[in-house]
Amino acid sequence: MTSSLEKAKDPTGLRRVVIEPVSRVEGHGKVTILLDAANKVHQVRLHIVEFRGFERFIQGRPYWEVPVMVQRLCGICPVSHHLAASKALDRVVGAHTLTPTADRVRRLMHYGQILQSHALHFYHLSSPDLLLGFESEVARRNVVGVLAAYPELAKQGVMLRKFGQEVIRITAGKRVHGTGSIPGGVNKAVSEAERDELQRALPDVIAWARTGVALVTELFAKDRATYERFGTVRSNILSLVGRDGKLDLYDGVLRARDADGKILFDGVDVQGYDALIKENVRSWSYMKFPFLTALGPEAGWYKVGPLARIQNCDSLGTPLADAARDELLAVTPGKLVHAPLAFHWARMIELLHSAEVIERLLADPALLGTDLVASGPRGTMGVGVIEAPRGTLIHHYEVDEQDLVTMCNLIVSTTHNNQAMNEAIREVARQYLDGHEPTEGLLNHIEVAIRAFDPCLSCATHALGKMPLEVEILDAEGALVERLVREGEHLG
Amino acid sequence: MTDTPEADATFQLDGHDVPFEPGQTILQAALAAGKYIPYLCFHREFHPHGSCKVCTVKVNGRTGASCTTPARPGDVVESETEEIRDLRRHLVQFLFTEGNHFCPSCEQSGNCTLQAVGYDLGVTTGHYVPLFPNRPLDASHPEVLLDFNRCILCELCVRASTLVDHKSVFALSGRGIDKHLVVNAESGRLADTNLAVDDKAMSVCPVGVIQRKRRGFLVPIGKRTYDERPIREVAVDREKEA
Repeated sequence: MTSSLEKAKDPTGLRRVVIEPVSRVEGHGKVTILLDAANKVHQVRLHIVEFRGFERFIQGRPYWEVPVMVQRLCGICPVSHHLAASKALDRVVGAHTLTPTADRVRRLMHYGQILQSHALHFYHLSSPDLLLGFESEVARRNVVGVLAAYPELAKQGVMLRKFGQEVIRITAGKRVHGTGSIPGGVNKAVSEAERDELQRALPDVIAWARTGVALVTELFAKDRATYERFGTVRSNILSLVGRDGKLDLYDGVLRARDADGKILFDGVDVQGYDALIKENVRSWSYMKFPFLTALGPEAGWYKVGPLARIQNCDSLGTPLADAARDELLAVTPGKLVHAPLAFHWARMIELLHSAEVIERLLADPALLGTDLVASGPRGTMGVGVIEAPRGTLIHHYEVDEQDLVTMCNLIVSTTHNNQAMNEAIREVARQYLDGHEPTEGLLNHIEVAIRAFDPCLSCATHALGKMPLEVEILDAEGALVERLVREGEHLG
Repeated sequence: MTDTPEADATFQLDGHDVPFEPGQTILQAALAAGKYIPYLCFHREFHPHGSCKVCTVKVNGRTGASCTTPARPGDVVESETEEIRDLRRHLVQFLFTEGNHFCPSCEQSGNCTLQAVGYDLGVTTGHYVPLFPNRPLDASHPEVLLDFNRCILCELCVRASTLVDHKSVFALSGRGIDKHLVVNAESGRLADTNLAVDDKAMSVCPVGVIQRKRRGFLVPIGKRTYDERPIREVAVDREKEA
């Protein structure tokens, strides 16, 4: 399923167009496009050009530091890393079952995080393209432009995010980079006053979330041909689902489907993730390329994230979001929706779902309990998997008898979508760029496809000493003068 | 009130009269009077050490460590001047850049005297080029972790272990920039010392070097020592309660 535009047959004489940086995404990336004299596209690549290295420098640190340290991977979805690490280390401290209070507080923190991150992505980062137009005036194609053209909508986006951040503050201690979750549980419960404060805000939050879903549904309906076709590539999908098959963004088992929706595997314990997934490397990106082991690197790549998981599960389990999901599934009855722009739709459905789950959690008296931490027989390794806003997030640690981390493997949501994003921008290049002089507006189409996946590029670049390097020296005509290569390892 | 000259004696601290008792240092008298002077290596239970110099003041125009300078009647002491605060800020910045102080993931964050003093002095950056020294942890002890990255060489653990615990578990070794904390075992490992978790040396570290294992981040944000009130209030109240 990998397309031919990954590598030009002969780069000699081709013109190189670069989009750098890719804007309105988290982190630093660039896109390179090789065109011939007739503007025919020969190669398109999304390169991740930053390097973080958390997997390496977490080694040698005490395990209880890890949930706080690793969340610094990200400023948008730190809670996901905070919780995935905590879940992995629950196993190290023998807490295979959390106390009810710890479970509810962590879930509340996580759904607050999903809500704020989805609001940030849609209203602040992507709505300028969708509301103002892919080729609208670039100086206004931003959140300030949206604020001017759609002030009420923009305000709702800001308020939705604010609510999610408040949920995080109450559960984690700070809006960004708190410390609420610890191995074995949490360090605080929710007080009655804090619960009441959130409950008072909920009716507005649910109303704004419904408006958001209605908006994306309408956008899709208005220009259905474009939305269905834009950068669409078929692929497998992967996500956690609850043990009952319903959507569960905090905990569950792994399920994958092929591009037709047929189940590839289901009910897999996350502790065995490394048998299911392997990672490949390319010389031109710091981000790895995961694939389903059974299908191999060519056919085994997959999508994760909102669009994958709301189709992968049997239902969402909350009434308003389920009704919205039915409308999305009706686009291609009986088949999976693969359109990148449908990610926005799915994301807003999940935002609504998160608000409904938060409403349920706030009504649960266990949230106010006092039994915060569980423990049991000490373990030496743990895998924690969570559905982060951008998709399946895997943290894997080994800890020695002195309590220090000896191994860390992170497979971050955005990494799973690496091949899918590359294939989507290649498809967009075929659809919109081929044969045309690349204008800013046309090139923004490439970025629109990347943004649909809501990538977090800074989260996704951690491997140290494993990545291949390729240096090419080209002359003024683009002819290769010299090429230096250091081969990478096949990982997994 | 007594009428002995010593008991009535005062010195001036930033224009305010501060009474003192015979034998008190400027720092002790200031704290007793509710006036905060920043410090790191001072501890009321130990003889003043005078090594960190963060409590430096100007006494009659000459600089000196207020923790070791005896209070004298009529002295004019400057503490909260821009010049002195600037000097202290640089001293603290030296400490931040000599060690590896990663507050965002440090379990001592919110309870750390160095961090709190940094906030008090308006330290917003390390200013100097960080040295990033390589200081491996000692996690050999089953209950105690030593993270040397955070050591500021205050010697409080050395003093507590020697004078209170009578064990001499800790010492400083090396000179100048190479000076570092060591433990008193042939192997160099904490596990091979007789440190116990209820030793005084376990509770005096102003930073996060000596930590009980598996307790990190148990106290939520909002309940830590310096979450609600700055160190200049906490330190003065602590002195009142002592």
